[in-house]
Amino acid sequence: MAKIWTRQAVLRALDDAMSDDPTVILMGEDVAEAGGPFKVTEGLLAKHGPERVIDTPISEMAFMGAAVGAAVCGLKPVVEIMFIEFLGVALDQLTTQAATMRYLSRGRLTTPLVVRASAGAGQGFGCQHSQMLDHWLRGTPGLKLAVTSNARTTYGLLRSAIEDPDPVVVLEPRILYSEREDHEFDPAYRTPLGKAEIARPGKDATLVTCGAMVRVANEAAANSDASIEVIDLLTLWPWDRGAVLESVARTGRLVTLEEATASAGWGADVVSTVAAEAFGGLKAPPHRITLPDAPIPYSGVLEARYLPNPAYVSEQIAALVSTNKAPAPWWRNAA
Amino acid sequence: MTISNSNSPLARREALKNRLDQLQRMVEIRAVENRIQKLFAEGHVRGSTHLANGQEAVSVGVARSIDPDDIVTCTYRGHGHALALGVTPAGVIGEICGRTIGCAGGVGGSMHLVEPSVGLLPTAAIIGAGLPIACGAAMAARARRNGRVAVAIFGDGTANIGAFHESLNFAAIQKLPVIFVCENNLYGEYSRINLTTPVEDIALRASSYNMPGIIVDGQDVDTVAEAMAEPVARARRGEGPSLVEMKTYRFSGHSRSDPATYRPAGELDAWLKRDPITVFADKLVAEKMLSRDGLEKMQAETNEAIERVVAEVLDSPAPALGDLFAHVNGQSPGGDQRYSFWRN
Repeated sequence: MAKIWTRQAVLRALDDAMSDDPTVILMGEDVAEAGGPFKVTEGLLAKHGPERVIDTPISEMAFMGAAVGAAVCGLKPVVEIMFIEFLGVALDQLTTQAATMRYLSRGRLTTPLVVRASAGAGQGFGCQHSQMLDHWLRGTPGLKLAVTSNARTTYGLLRSAIEDPDPVVVLEPRILYSEREDHEFDPAYRTPLGKAEIARPGKDATLVTCGAMVRVANEAAANSDASIEVIDLLTLWPWDRGAVLESVARTGRLVTLEEATASAGWGADVVSTVAAEAFGGLKAPPHRITLPDAPIPYSGVLEARYLPNPAYVSEQIAALVSTNKAPAPWWRNAA
Repeated sequence: MTISNSNSPLARREALKNRLDQLQRMVEIRAVENRIQKLFAEGHVRGSTHLANGQEAVSVGVARSIDPDDIVTCTYRGHGHALALGVTPAGVIGEICGRTIGCAGGVGGSMHLVEPSVGLLPTAAIIGAGLPIACGAAMAARARRNGRVAVAIFGDGTANIGAFHESLNFAAIQKLPVIFVCENNLYGEYSRINLTTPVEDIALRASSYNMPGIIVDGQDVDTVAEAMAEPVARARRGEGPSLVEMKTYRFSGHSRSDPATYRPAGELDAWLKRDPITVFADKLVAEKMLSRDGLEKMQAETNEAIERVVAEVLDSPAPALGDLFAHVNGQSPGGDQRYSFWRN
């Protein structure tokens, strides 16, 4: 089996989708002539032409909105937002216009639009180029939000998102672009939206996570005395309640591992659902492992502490499983 | 001439080829706006509405200058544009009263009128939102090589938001078949243009984006339609976008609760002398297409027709609880019944 870079999976997914469907177009800053700032669109201009692979001005409001209009009128635009923070200046078009088009037209208009964005911390990009910002989008009716976790799910989620009839945001943890894994491309492979995967089975605790934290969770589970079941949510909105409840029913313990701040992180919704629907089956309080409520620091020393690492995750889960009490986060004693 | 609630939106649009129908549509728009104000007082309308009395010539002039297959985006001050493009009075009044008979089934309200069969995308409640979307519709038209154009209709207040500048730049650099139509009615919400905008003529801004900027008397429906002809033709020829500024005036305040006391004395009276309905009616009388008392008759008949529509609307049901969950996404009740623009 071949070793595949995650960035190759993005390129392959876009290339295959454009080959399969002539209405798929690609728009974004530097995606055509330059081959993309992260080299995930290299060669697409030469293969699919300038009418379908379109360099835009640094003008997110314009090209996000243009993608909405093009989607309504019969194209399937894939928009690249270079860093998810750049969505801030175009948010209206996505959450207010695209997400309500079907509803306001009573199903007569649809917006088959995909927004891809690099996201996440760990590479020293500082506080304005390292966030996930999923909390800007979760909870918006009419919108879907997925997070890739490796080359396989990157290919599968992007293909599913491009085939979906509604607007879908796909967050691509930037730190994974240069990760490799064994994977054989299959043009028919899809990762369905709205479905979680069990990344690693276990019986003592359910560790729910997504994105770049999946590999942290897997490594923590591999080095843990407890038997930990790792669930990769893959779609953060709407998320797979059934898969989480089923797993927790078997393990009796819920832990979320989030690249999200403690306040308003996605795990709060997961914990709330499990507490309400599976309370009687819990052996321990649900526990969230998150980022602290602080901006992402530039310093390598601080950023390494800021992000959960496998050793910290193992410790937290070991404490929960051995005492059935939720341990304090590291920053409780650090400030 | 058709006082045409029974007609389909497309038939109503086709009727605008007739000059008398153009006048009748302007009269209808005014009658609907006035009746909406009354419906508010009677407690049938929730939230807010934004009337455009005085701007009827722009609505009808633009609608008559483009085809039903062309795409239009528009702001929340859109009742007149919706009616001009073909939405029925029952579709507009029904929507504003939150009934299923409304053009968005009663879930949209005054600010969200929509009718795909005549190219009208949902009108947006966010200033500037329609301009980038029109650019995208134009991109799709070009990609499909169907010769269609997109028109973005917005007010002078929009000329100061980023989406305006980004869209003009994007459309120009991409040479998109889009026409930006600015209704300069001198007021952005409650503020006169001189308080918010350092130029009197929005059309000047076209020069920064290397596109034609055209200033038009927006009170004369013929002038509006004639001014639109070349920008539309230019767009269809693939030569890129234009900015067309319609000089017009909002006879009422920003929204239903605004008495517009901030207007300088005499300004309204001066503009009322150029009421687009009397301007056009006088022309039609001179052309011997309308009798001297023809306008009054038309207004009386239209008011009666609108009263019948209001009765029909008030007698029609509100959406059912299930409509709340329908059409949220493709998995929702109602399914994925996509209306496809430009099938041919």
